[in-house]
Amino acid sequence: MPFKIIASQCTSCSACEPECPNVAISEKGGTFVIDAKKCTECIGHFDEPQCVAVCPVDNTCVIDASLPRYQAPA
Amino acid sequence: MDASAQHGASTGGNVAEIGEIMQVIAEHKGCGTTSGKGKAACGSAAGQGDLPAEIWEKVKNHPCYSEEAHHHYARMHVAVAPACNIQCNYCNRKYDCANESRPGVVSERLTPEQAAKKVVAVASTIPQMTVLGIAGPGDPLANPEKTFKTFDLVSKAAPDIKLCLSTNGLTLPDHVDTISRFKVDHVTITINMVDPEIGAKIYPWIFYNHKRYTGVEAAKILTERQLRGLEMLTERGILCKVNSVMIPGVNDQHLVEVNKAVKSRGAFLHNIMPLISSPEHGTVFGLSGQRGPTAQELKSLQDACEGEMNMMRHCRQCRADAVGLLGEDRSAEFTTEKIMAMEVEYDLDTRQAYQAKVEEERVAKVAARQDELAELAGAASDIKVLVAVATKGSGLINEHFGHAKEFQIYELSTAGAKFIGHRRVDMYCQGGYGEEGGLETVIRAINDCHAVFVAKIGGCPKADLTKAGIEPIDQFAHEFIEKSAIAWFKAYLGKINAGEIQHVERGDAAIRQGALITAA
Repeated sequence: MPFKIIASQCTSCSACEPECPNVAISEKGGTFVIDAKKCTECIGHFDEPQCVAVCPVDNTCVIDASLPRYQAPA
Repeated sequence: MDASAQHGASTGGNVAEIGEIMQVIAEHKGCGTTSGKGKAACGSAAGQGDLPAEIWEKVKNHPCYSEEAHHHYARMHVAVAPACNIQCNYCNRKYDCANESRPGVVSERLTPEQAAKKVVAVASTIPQMTVLGIAGPGDPLANPEKTFKTFDLVSKAAPDIKLCLSTNGLTLPDHVDTISRFKVDHVTITINMVDPEIGAKIYPWIFYNHKRYTGVEAAKILTERQLRGLEMLTERGILCKVNSVMIPGVNDQHLVEVNKAVKSRGAFLHNIMPLISSPEHGTVFGLSGQRGPTAQELKSLQDACEGEMNMMRHCRQCRADAVGLLGEDRSAEFTTEKIMAMEVEYDLDTRQAYQAKVEEERVAKVAARQDELAELAGAASDIKVLVAVATKGSGLINEHFGHAKEFQIYELSTAGAKFIGHRRVDMYCQGGYGEEGGLETVIRAINDCHAVFVAKIGGCPKADLTKAGIEPIDQFAHEFIEKSAIAWFKAYLGKINAGEIQHVERGDAAIRQGALITAA
């Protein structure tokens, strides 16, 4: 459950929303948020987290250290 | 590599056709540039010249594709496409693209439904609005659903409006069939390089096929996709304009190569724009001190490419939600709040009646220019001078010097008056009286001009302009620009021949950093 979007840096460009393979990203209060329950860090889908790769502002889609890392089902 | 292979293999017949069209266009471009006989090749009717009828039909009411049309017809952009799939060093995504829209300001983002309603409202208020473009604020083809949904709704609600879009080209090959299906007949691709080594200095990264690519690898993918997309569009008869940002020391010389590459792939028009890179925009180039070109550097490059193909010189680098004639911005009249409160009915008849009137104006303007040119015929001189014109549109000298937000620049020679660009200026006159600092800005912006044509001008600026060597001229107020400029030039040559004055070359001029800002 690991990625989050730092709202103060989000430009609301929406680029991340359609790229998320888990449909975990949605607009909320003018910026975009990641549903931690749905995020899989793109493990099993892509080589790199799609929100991080497409986001125009560096260090805006980041690991949420307050939550445990995603564990792929065995 | 697959791009050129595919082109050659599948479209041998089309290549020849495109070649023919380009030839015709190249000849059309002869107007006002080379003939030296005072006989404008492109002066017939209202500017059709030698363009094939089907191409003329597509461009004649399009302010971006026809310099002549931009005096009469308006366009609007709807900001339905916020996402982008590449990063450019001249762009800071916290704002809209700094080079193709108003820096430092975020466009009001619309849903496709809001956008369609806005188009109908604007078209009913501004009957000369003939073109809807989607240009961002990100990349329209990185938001394909929103972009095409908007086109779908607009084509149903306002079927006479031409649709166009502007893209960085990365995903263009994937969308060419959809573009064709929606009858989008103008596409602009921003191509700043065809050499990945140069591209790496302009694009830090691209996002392609679920992966972020950087450096030369990124630029190589981008250029291949752009050129392939261009070929695919021109094969389908869709008119393509190529935008290039001129970045001195990075791609300025290289843009001659870009010009050749896009011409050979059937591009209709090339628009070389100056880099905008003020530090306050927070772009990589802005922060690194990368400068933009001067007016003369830009003109030299445009002139060098002109023999090759049509050059666009009337681009205003407008924002992604611009509304109105190029050079004016009426977007503040059409905020989402105002649009949603408006009851509008689409009135095609009124629009057509209005546009018929505009056509009469255009014909009258061309006829006036032809008459004046006929009198200039026979005058032999190598002298070329630039003049600035204050205008609100319709091809007339109809703006007060102090109210002008920009000046249109014409190059005068015995071949006639040729539009070569415009210069933005800060609103010099605010609150009814001139300000010293503002006037200096204006003089810097038109410092390469011998004269400035205005509808009206106050005593103080008149004296200061004269002192700076720029002759203020108000005796042609509310007359046609080209006719008046040619008449003035004829008199200028006459005075030189009579020994009354001496021709002196003017210096360079500054391109104002920052875009048009409308005082609300």
